Amino acid sequence: MFPTPVQKQSRAVQLGYQAFLPFALILWLLPLIAVMIFSIKPDVDFTSGNYWGWPSSFEGFNNYGKVFFESAMPRYLLNSVMITVPTVIGTVALACMTGFALGVYKFKGNLLIFFMFIAGNFVPFQILMVPVRDLTVDMGLYNTKTGLVLFHIAFQTGFATLFMRNFIRALPFPLIEAARVEGVAEWRIFFYVVLPLMKPAIAAMAVLIFTFIWNDYFWAVVLTQGPESQPVTAGITSFNAQYRAAYHLMSAGSIVAALPPVAMFFLMQKHFIAGLTLGAVK
Amino acid sequence: MTVSPVVPTTRYTPPPRGWYKRNEIAITPWLFLAPGVLFFLVYVIAPIYQSFGLSFYNWNGLGDVRTNGEYVGLQNYNKLFGLNGERADRNFQISLWNNLKWLVLYLLAIPAGLFIALFLNQTVRGIRIYKSLFFFPFVISQVVVGLVFSWFYLPNNGLFTIMTGWVGIEIRGGVLGNPTWATYGIIAAGLWPQTAYCMILYLTGLNAVDPEQVEAARLDGAKGPKMLWYVIIPQLKPATFIAFVVTIIGALRSFDLVSIMTGGGPFGSTRVLSYYVFEKSLSERGLQYGYAAAVAVILFLIMLVFISYFLWSMYQDEKGAR
Repeated sequence: MFPTPVQKQSRAVQLGYQAFLPFALILWLLPLIAVMIFSIKPDVDFTSGNYWGWPSSFEGFNNYGKVFFESAMPRYLLNSVMITVPTVIGTVALACMTGFALGVYKFKGNLLIFFMFIAGNFVPFQILMVPVRDLTVDMGLYNTKTGLVLFHIAFQTGFATLFMRNFIRALPFPLIEAARVEGVAEWRIFFYVVLPLMKPAIAAMAVLIFTFIWNDYFWAVVLTQGPESQPVTAGITSFNAQYRAAYHLMSAGSIVAALPPVAMFFLMQKHFIAGLTLGAVK
Repeated sequence: MTVSPVVPTTRYTPPPRGWYKRNEIAITPWLFLAPGVLFFLVYVIAPIYQSFGLSFYNWNGLGDVRTNGEYVGLQNYNKLFGLNGERADRNFQISLWNNLKWLVLYLLAIPAGLFIALFLNQTVRGIRIYKSLFFFPFVISQVVVGLVFSWFYLPNNGLFTIMTGWVGIEIRGGVLGNPTWATYGIIAAGLWPQTAYCMILYLTGLNAVDPEQVEAARLDGAKGPKMLWYVIIPQLKPATFIAFVVTIIGALRSFDLVSIMTGGGPFGSTRVLSYYVFEKSLSERGLQYGYAAAVAVILFLIMLVFISYFLWSMYQDEKGAR
């Protein structure tokens, strides 16, 4: 193991390491700790210039209450859910199929299609912006959640295919051959042999795409406007415009907006990291 | 007397198989691919071509390009680069230059991530929680990261401003209000989650480092930086490759932070290509769709250099795997 485990070092080094860990963590998360403290501060702390000191009173319930009951925030949150969940389902479904086709079959153009998905996944969003917006307008889906969902599914399929295909590649191929010898139809092999084995990959993709889409800001701005369809990332800017310089409310709003992916990460950490570090180990 | 078994006179013929059954293995992959590929062609591949086409027009975004737009050939590109008697677009140059800063400085996330990963690659009690908390910034939306950092940088009241004040440095207008420093301030905000991402890649990589090689090297007297450079880093190559890919892409996609933190200002000094495309088309100051498309094409071509390199590396791996 590298670096040398502290257990093999002197007692002083061990204690020093243990003591330094929480200190380093606080330093690293300082921006977040700051917003958390901001969000429980009273209004008066900001007008009196007490930005970074101790809150003069605890106003957490008040601040979060305002976010939930006196702003459009719940609306934006609901929109985010209604955009994110269908995107996750759609992408995973499509990518399981494409991944299966590219991972199991040998045919001309296999690698070409695979590389098309990868390359498309790396493209800058801005080169798609105007045509995708026009297409969405033409379909009558501008400023609807459906318009956003359709685009997200298409774009995320690139990354998800890369993941699924590599995952299926690593499955034991004799399993599929055995099923073929038994005369099992190909679509049944997909449903009854491959799909059950893909559960961990599906879980990893689902949490990752959930986070990506929940945090998307650019496409939300390009394809939607107004509280009836905007997700929370875009909503927070109008929320902030409403409460300009009310830092305690803006931070409470930001924390609410950031919470769902954070919860997702902590609940499904193993899958999340498995998805992100795909290919980091050969 | 023996009775010979009755031998059927007709030979067994298998039940007739349909065309699909006979070609099942050849057809199935295409059926499975069809929906995904179709979606991808419509929403990703076709728009790239359309943007290329758009960049040869003057168009204000109303109606259809071919009827309402005016074909101008390479004029948009001439304006960008100041060719053919056009004056070069100063804002484009600023964006390009800032993109270069992003690319170079963003790469700092890779050594920084490796450093934190080495620091955390221990087995003391509670280390797993530390690892996930260090990874935390990556899970949060860039919008929130941008907001938090802009409060950090507030003139007069920002924590950063107060801290630099202690050592006697004063940045006029606050970091984000100062044309010289604003871009660096935004890049620093972006480096925070990006470093966390690189860290998690390296933690995974370090987990897979061959312990026997490390022990062997240790017996040979290698330690510290030498061990890191000659034994560990070569084994981390796949992790470094992924870290490089995601960091380059992250740097060129730097839209959210710029939009949230400065909106391109002050005086347009923090524009990057991705933001400039948006500004020239969808913002109130924009409505020059053809021109914006030309900027997008340039950004795409820059990205294409990297994409080609990534694909080439992946192709080498694929060949090795066969």
